[in-house]
Amino acid sequence: MGFIQAYKMAIKSILGNKGRSFLTMLGVIIGVGAVIAAVSFAQGSTKNITDSVQGMGTNLIQIMITGRNSNRNVTYSQLQKLAEENSDIISAISPTISSSVKVKVGNKTGDTTLLGTNAEYESVKNMHVQRGRFLMSFDVDYMQKVALVGTALVSEVFEGSDPLGKTIKINGQEFTVVGVLEETDNGQDQSADDTVVIPVTVAQRLTKNAVIRSFAVQAATPETVDAAMEKLNTFLTAIYKDTKTFRVFNQAQMLQTLSTVTGTMTFVLAGIAAISLIVGGIGIMNIMLVSVTERTREIGIRKAIGAKRKSILVQFLIEALVVTGIGGIMGILFGVAVVKIVAGGLKIIPEVYSIPWIVMSFVISLAIGVVFGMFPAYKAAKLNPIEALRFE
Amino acid sequence: MAAQGNIPWMKGWGERVIEISNMCKKYTMGNNVVNALNNISLSIRQHEFVAITGPSGSGKSTLMNMLGCLDTPTSGTYILDGKEVSKLNDDELAHIRNYKIGFIFQGFNLLQKLTAIENVELPLIYQGVHAKERHKKAKAALESVGLGERLDHKPSELSGGQQQRVAIARALVSAPPIILADEPTGNLDTKSGVEIMKILKELHSKGNTIILITHDNNVALQSQRIIRIQDGEVIEDREVS
Ligand SMILES: Nc1ncnc2c1ncn2[C@@H]1O[C@H](COP(=O)(O)OP(=O)(O)OP(=O)(O)O)[C@@H](O)[C@H]1O
Ligand SMILES: [Mg+2]
Repeated sequence: MGFIQAYKMAIKSILGNKGRSFLTMLGVIIGVGAVIAAVSFAQGSTKNITDSVQGMGTNLIQIMITGRNSNRNVTYSQLQKLAEENSDIISAISPTISSSVKVKVGNKTGDTTLLGTNAEYESVKNMHVQRGRFLMSFDVDYMQKVALVGTALVSEVFEGSDPLGKTIKINGQEFTVVGVLEETDNGQDQSADDTVVIPVTVAQRLTKNAVIRSFAVQAATPETVDAAMEKLNTFLTAIYKDTKTFRVFNQAQMLQTLSTVTGTMTFVLAGIAAISLIVGGIGIMNIMLVSVTERTREIGIRKAIGAKRKSILVQFLIEALVVTGIGGIMGILFGVAVVKIVAGGLKIIPEVYSIPWIVMSFVISLAIGVVFGMFPAYKAAKLNPIEALRFE
Repeated sequence: MAAQGNIPWMKGWGERVIEISNMCKKYTMGNNVVNALNNISLSIRQHEFVAITGPSGSGKSTLMNMLGCLDTPTSGTYILDGKEVSKLNDDELAHIRNYKIGFIFQGFNLLQKLTAIENVELPLIYQGVHAKERHKKAKAALESVGLGERLDHKPSELSGGQQQRVAIARALVSAPPIILADEPTGNLDTKSGVEIMKILKELHSKGNTIILITHDNNVALQSQRIIRIQDGEVIEDREVS
């Protein structure tokens, strides 16, 4: 008996038992579909998190002054000197002074967040201007009264008019707007865009008691991150006479922390995927086992009229492959549809599809279908026809 | 008479298509042992038309299953066409069932999901016969049993007698030299029974070996030889005069 004939016979058998075929497919559809959806959601949210961390810039070291010690402070000139002396391992240092301030344009007033920093902030923190220019060293060194404004602030106090070149009063002092910051991509949350950026030196004077409570350092290369961190630790210990007052951490550490989080997530995900596959698999198993009696008798009849064991097994193999294969494809379509509706429609997490997981769930379902379809057939085909015909 | 089968030289070697000696089949159910076949020996020559009779439960079907290479005996030997059946592997047995033996089951054993013609085509499928020829032969076989109008009916849509005839058509379709029929007329009215006997007699006249089981003495008398079985033993083996 040829392959084509076995194939035709398998198709005839599938169509002749629509209920059984459909229920088997359903098991595969559930298994594959659930895996695709679960993996997509988990990977989508993981991607969200890692993307935002990675978006913060590479080689980044973040320093936070945690303790309050009024007479020991790090100054901007100290930081500048540190950067100059260690240019082999540190490519840029960018301090931040933040404070909440009152702003006034014409007779429109508002409250916003002031950020005092330097020109390096642009590259270190990946913050760019949409129009105009960023701060320059000149502005910082010569204490120019220039300001950059965020988009939320623009719409709040400039009432839509072009702010470039206009004057903005910050805590009563006049500044010239030289740039408009790019919108941050935090969606509905506009607080990051409600900000005004001025030279750190000016900010220190403007806010009187403001000190540098955090700064970011860009290591020269990823390899010098450790050396730079060590340098920073010595430097800060010398200033604060204490290692508990400050914290030095870098993106690699953050990514590491993150990877344990995403690792846990992958684990949870693998669990969900495994459960879906088991549920689907049990469905397939049940259907196959329920029909064992009927199928064993069928095999008995086929053998009685001259079918060889091989012909029977080939027919059953094709049957299992076709049913689970079609189920698998439908499962993929089902999973993708769920992802499209949930991720694509709600836009909270990105739409991601993991080919390895799709292939794996497909193959596992196929394997379950084939094993549970073939095993009873294999056992039945070994019986003599009368034993198979009498099977209960 | 029964002794004849045990004395090989009394009949020509080549003629013996079936030779059974000391065959036993025991079914053990708990402490109960049923001797369905109890030391049966017999031989059947080519072109013979044999009727096996006996009371219900005497072991007729059990014997027929052995002859059809469908079941294995507990002990004893079975030589079919000069080959010892117990020494054949599964594929060789399948080949014999496919080409040499047309088996008509007492309980029909049709595939319920297939139509009459698809059921009849099955033996030809396993022989690798092409679709066109297969269809032609299956149709002819069904017509020969008077079911030319019921080709596309499923077994569930046919009467008992019609199912019986589909089973007969399936056994005849590949023109096997040996036809084994377990009560082929059991489910039929007298007229249909006569039809079936006509078909079997025709096959016999064409040179087939026919072995049939029957309760009906009139049917048995149309054969050449009657073997009577009781409690798994041959109690009578005589030529029909
Ligand atoms: N699978 C089995 N397990 C146990 N006992 C069996 C089995 N098959 C047959 N028997 C027993 O073997 C004996 C012979 O059965 P068999 O079917 O050969 O009878 P039969 O002569 O064909 O009867 P009938 O005329 O009713 O068809 C019976 O007593 C039956 O109960
Ligand atoms: Mg019987």
